[in-house]
Amino acid sequence: MNNMVTIKIDGEEVRANEGDNLLQVARDNGFDIPGLCYYNKVSPTGACRLCLVKIKGIEGLKTSCTLQVKDGMEITAFDDELEDVRKTIIQLLVSEHKQGCMTCETNASCELEDLAYRYGVEIDNIPFPINEKYKAIEDSAPMLIYDQNKCIVCGRCIKACYEIQGKGVIDFAERGIDIYVATDLGGLWKDSSCDGCGECIQACPVGALMEKPSKGKARKWEIKKEETICPYCGVGCRIEVEKKDNEIIRINGADGPSNDSRLCIKGRFGYEYQMSNERLVKPLIKENGTFRGASWDEALDLIAEKFSGIKNKYSSNAIAGLSSARCTNEENYIFQKFIRATIGTNNVDHCARLCHASTVAGLARAFGSGAMTNSIKEFEYADCILVTGSNTTETHPVIGTYINNAVLKHGAKLIVVDPRRIDLVKHADVWLRQNNGTDVAWMNGIMNVIINEGLHDKEFIDMRTEGFEAFKKVVAQYTPEKVEEITGIPKDKLIEAARIYGKAKNASIIFSMGITQHTTGTDNVLSTANLAMLTGNVGKESSGVNPLRGQNNVQGACDLGALPNVYPGYQKVTDPNIKAKFEKKWNTKLDDKIGLSVVEIMNEAYNRNIKGLYIMGENPMVSDPNLNHVEEALNKIDFLVVQDIFMTETAQLADVVLPAYSSFEKTGTFTNTERRVQLLTPILEAPGDAREDWWIVQEISKRMGYEMNFKNQEEILNEVSEVTPIYGGMHFSRLGVEGLQWPCKDEKDPGTKYLHKDKFSKGLGLFSPVDYIPPAELPDDKYPYLLSTGRILFHYHTGTMSRKVKVLNDFEPGPYAEISTEIANTLGISDDEDIRISSRRGTIITKARVTDKVAPESVFIPFHFAEAAANRLTNDALDPVAKIPEFKVAACKIEKL
Amino acid sequence: MKNYRNRVLINIEKDTILSGIKEFEEILKKKLKENRLDEEIQVLETSTLGIRTSGISMVICPENICYENLKISDIDKIIEEHLLKGNILDELTVEPVKKRIIEYGLNPMDEKLQNKIVLSHNGVINPEKIDEYIAVGGYEAIGRIFKEKITPEQVVEIVKDSNLRGRGGAGFPTGVKWGFTLNTPAERKFIICNADEGEPGTFKDRLIMEGNPHRIIEGMIIAGYAVGASKGYIYIRGEYEISIKRFQIAIKQAYDYKLLGENIFESGFTFDIEIKKGAGAYVCGEETSLIESLEGKRGNPRIKPPFPGISGLWKYPTVVNNVETLANIAPIINNGADWFKGFGTERCPGTKVFTILGNVKYTGVVELPMGVTLREIIYGFGGGIEEGEEFKAVHLGGTAGAVYDESILDVSLDFDTLKEYDGMLGSGAVLVISNKVNMRDYLENVLLFFKHESCGQCSPCRIGTVKLHEMIRNIEKTDDKEKIMKSMIHLSDIMFKTSLCPLGQSLIFPVKSIFKYFGNEIKA
Repeated sequence: MNNMVTIKIDGEEVRANEGDNLLQVARDNGFDIPGLCYYNKVSPTGACRLCLVKIKGIEGLKTSCTLQVKDGMEITAFDDELEDVRKTIIQLLVSEHKQGCMTCETNASCELEDLAYRYGVEIDNIPFPINEKYKAIEDSAPMLIYDQNKCIVCGRCIKACYEIQGKGVIDFAERGIDIYVATDLGGLWKDSSCDGCGECIQACPVGALMEKPSKGKARKWEIKKEETICPYCGVGCRIEVEKKDNEIIRINGADGPSNDSRLCIKGRFGYEYQMSNERLVKPLIKENGTFRGASWDEALDLIAEKFSGIKNKYSSNAIAGLSSARCTNEENYIFQKFIRATIGTNNVDHCARLCHASTVAGLARAFGSGAMTNSIKEFEYADCILVTGSNTTETHPVIGTYINNAVLKHGAKLIVVDPRRIDLVKHADVWLRQNNGTDVAWMNGIMNVIINEGLHDKEFIDMRTEGFEAFKKVVAQYTPEKVEEITGIPKDKLIEAARIYGKAKNASIIFSMGITQHTTGTDNVLSTANLAMLTGNVGKESSGVNPLRGQNNVQGACDLGALPNVYPGYQKVTDPNIKAKFEKKWNTKLDDKIGLSVVEIMNEAYNRNIKGLYIMGENPMVSDPNLNHVEEALNKIDFLVVQDIFMTETAQLADVVLPAYSSFEKTGTFTNTERRVQLLTPILEAPGDAREDWWIVQEISKRMGYEMNFKNQEEILNEVSEVTPIYGGMHFSRLGVEGLQWPCKDEKDPGTKYLHKDKFSKGLGLFSPVDYIPPAELPDDKYPYLLSTGRILFHYHTGTMSRKVKVLNDFEPGPYAEISTEIANTLGISDDEDIRISSRRGTIITKARVTDKVAPESVFIPFHFAEAAANRLTNDALDPVAKIPEFKVAACKIEKL
Repeated sequence: MKNYRNRVLINIEKDTILSGIKEFEEILKKKLKENRLDEEIQVLETSTLGIRTSGISMVICPENICYENLKISDIDKIIEEHLLKGNILDELTVEPVKKRIIEYGLNPMDEKLQNKIVLSHNGVINPEKIDEYIAVGGYEAIGRIFKEKITPEQVVEIVKDSNLRGRGGAGFPTGVKWGFTLNTPAERKFIICNADEGEPGTFKDRLIMEGNPHRIIEGMIIAGYAVGASKGYIYIRGEYEISIKRFQIAIKQAYDYKLLGENIFESGFTFDIEIKKGAGAYVCGEETSLIESLEGKRGNPRIKPPFPGISGLWKYPTVVNNVETLANIAPIINNGADWFKGFGTERCPGTKVFTILGNVKYTGVVELPMGVTLREIIYGFGGGIEEGEEFKAVHLGGTAGAVYDESILDVSLDFDTLKEYDGMLGSGAVLVISNKVNMRDYLENVLLFFKHESCGQCSPCRIGTVKLHEMIRNIEKTDDKEKIMKSMIHLSDIMFKTSLCPLGQSLIFPVKSIFKYFGNEIKA
């Protein structure tokens, strides 16, 4: 509805869209009607009764927040009666409100306080009895404090929890004056299902809900606010940082394009690492097994000398670099340029190898472009969402909220295919629990049903794709019966899911590591592409194939060529024209051979073929598969440089450790999972003698005789735009709050919301016939259980940041393994008991968490915890195309201690 | 169907169970059998007799004689004298004047008031036997609708024409309400029977339901047909165990007879009914809170509009009707709108089931035509004020109604007239207050009730109820009582203007009227 109409407010004509919220329209036009329960991110409540107005022709007073604009409405917003009513209600609220403003965190930003001031409501002039009996404060939870005595029962927190986050953890308990906000069915907040996102705190207009870590840290007027991008996952949420001096006081969700002010617990509370006194503050050089401080000149000279020495003595290919999904695009660009131009090898990779290498390979083959086809907010409006191999609620929490919204607000159908009973299962119309590693089979099965029932999009297949016939032949073999045998998915459920997906107008596939981290990862990804093309669900809004990228800038690190086979913008190193272009731009000779990938670098280090390794912002000593092997490999390297913000497990093995900036301290750009390039704001001073990563790389390069001469990150992005067609129009000055989504070919290009509209990047979409191949290692007599690994909500990747945050540690203090009730019963293991888990590659001791979340003969271990690192057990068998290891399937045994 | 010469109603309640009524019932049944009377006389359990009695009590129908304080040794005498010979045992009756009990019985004073609509078969038929309801013309109305192919529009027209007004309290014309829903196209529509009778001093719906549940079911089916709904819910007060049991039996029987379910009377019309028990919140008697509760949510009222008729249960058009309203439907269809308009007043036709309680001699339930006066009710059916006391006040229409002095006694009781007196007929509760009651205490009690029952959603009601209660509680301690009273009226007036639902809006009625009629007493 976009019908402009005219209404009258207090005699003044106002133009507005028919159907718009009347209170919002009034406020937007300068009529400051009070209202405490109104919060424009949730549905109107009409409970505080302050926004009452008079409408001509309607009897009585009406809450403007619950009314919609209609043509010709005549409204009285202010008169003596209305103001008397409002003042009385404010008096009532203040009479029940705890008189604790002097020490309240919200003092000076409290909506009730503002109204009391405006209406002259003081304790002495309230004609009603004042309540002075206060109830106990609920402060059991790690992240927040709820002071019922300050609560004005507006319900904004409750709606924020349900309508925004889709969680519905909190609601009112009791009634009348005894009403308060309670979690679940009552009980302590800390024992509830609350996951600590803090959306409720952000919604609270008073000081009833407060961030616990911020208590007592700063008065509102001492605080400066600045916006930047969250340093954690690939959603790329915009955050508002409140700081005092050089310390973060709190973080709020800001109105960013991918998050609409939403955040998760890590985004809101996970900043404590930033102020940690464990930050690296000066370069360290290892001598006789111990580190000593050094000057930048000494450290940089040493590195240049050592790398030059290796290059001269062996060859350029005896050196490799691991770039970083945590660093900016500019830093990734300069890092790969250093490895390629200064060192002279394509041995550059980064941890995307471990997460989405198969996505990039598979989708590039099928569509011509290996990224999310659509944008995050489009999920909310999909008719059908198929989530597989993504525990979205925990790993991309804010995207999880949009899925919740799609289901709860708009009635979307949700299909979850996952061996674990992940959180989304509770909203799912169908949950298919496949045997780990049988993804090709179930997807072929679904497509078999779709084709047999004629639900495929013949026109789309004819016009937009190729290879259908060969593909169809393979799929024809995957009858629901056969698929049930392979995957364990009952055929009726498979058929039901196929029908839901096949009949949807806009169906979106969301996947992540459960699809990619297999020896058949590329095949799995190809199957998702097949499924989308079969039903014509690509190239339009709210549909597509959407791999969720894990880290804040893993998309960018790939885009900027921190990969052994491509230059920035996925331009192949083997293409002579491309090579020539970069040789010209970089003014040096380049190697035309594909370099080594992450696991291959470790293998070659183990074989003593890699002599020098430069790691920027990565921690393979926790993140890589088969850690015992990685550890041996790193120990064999002649010269290891690690550049980080903390002394990581990997840094401890280094010869030189260099202190870098965190994302709160620098500018530059991150590219989030929906291909959106967003600009960082430097907010805090870096500690000690730390330096920006790009500066460090450039200094080493200079000392090795290759000058880059960038003055700042902005200049680097300008060079990127010259050599990278998909980033052709990316410049700091254009990014603003909204950022730009690639492809963005030139200055005038507004960027691309969703890919492959009308035409695939590669022309015609390619159907690939894909057969099911079992995982590399499956349970047997010796190792009878199936092991899978992954992430959890409360920690991040190798824990370098998140494990330095008290709130997050309070939620999840240490390592554990989810084991099924069946296993627990067989082995006589009880919850929280220490157990030993071993695979063919290693052993760890961890705590058992007995749960039905995992399938009967399965174990799941979060990989964040170095002291019981899941990756000591995982298999480093690789996908032959993408070289991604099989983190998701291994065989293990469990012993009671 | 089996015909019985007499029915004996006995009240199984917590108190009477403690008095040994179960054993009494067993022996009574055994002795009836020994006397071969079990084919002629039926014993029925009910939860209340609608009259204040003490100890083990019974009503013998059709002559409507109530006996109380019975002992097992009285059984032989009752069988021999009353049930065999027809002699009333004066010494066992509640008291001589009350031989004829009020709620099921005849008015001893005025023959014109005998006609009943809602309660016409209560106590006459066995509520657990569908055949008995059918035998007295039950399910004829819905049968006729299908047989004579009366369209939904015509049904709504008949109800509109009858000018039946909602008996839950607000008095909104039922036919008009149905018309809204009929004319709102939707995939699904619902009928809800509001049986969450929670108004203090009101228990008329319970008697209607316990005595004749099929009448309400038939009313719901007709309503469903009229508006195009195929599903009905009975939202019933959880404590009404016998009503719930009777409904469960009745619904099952109606399904067995294919009067519920698919293709009723081979008409293609489908109607299902489900029972949902309330959990004791007063505010859930308000239709939108009831709907929220029925949806499984917290029972908070919604903002109106939209009204349930347009957007109700799960946002579908929904008719919410009170038990008593629905009990009027079948008779109206059977006898026509004109017949109905022959009862009561012109603007408020029909009868009203009143609950009389408080300081009267006889408390209970009585069905009378609209327009009857309080004097007739209190002094006719209530037997006047309790011994040694005098009439002081009457609280009319439930807690949310106004409190009057004797000046109200001759005013016509109907929805419209009472509005002129700043009050309402409400649920039809007539709470009589004698001179022994202190009106400040009484108001404190009323306000305590509201404080307890406020759902807490909107600020004026949540906090206002507390403040009003505290102010009246402490008024004795203040010097300037007048000022407090003024503030209370101002506050309750603000609550009237601003509260989200009728609960908070109605405190003004008791507060203002008590101050008006009894202000001097409070000030003193």
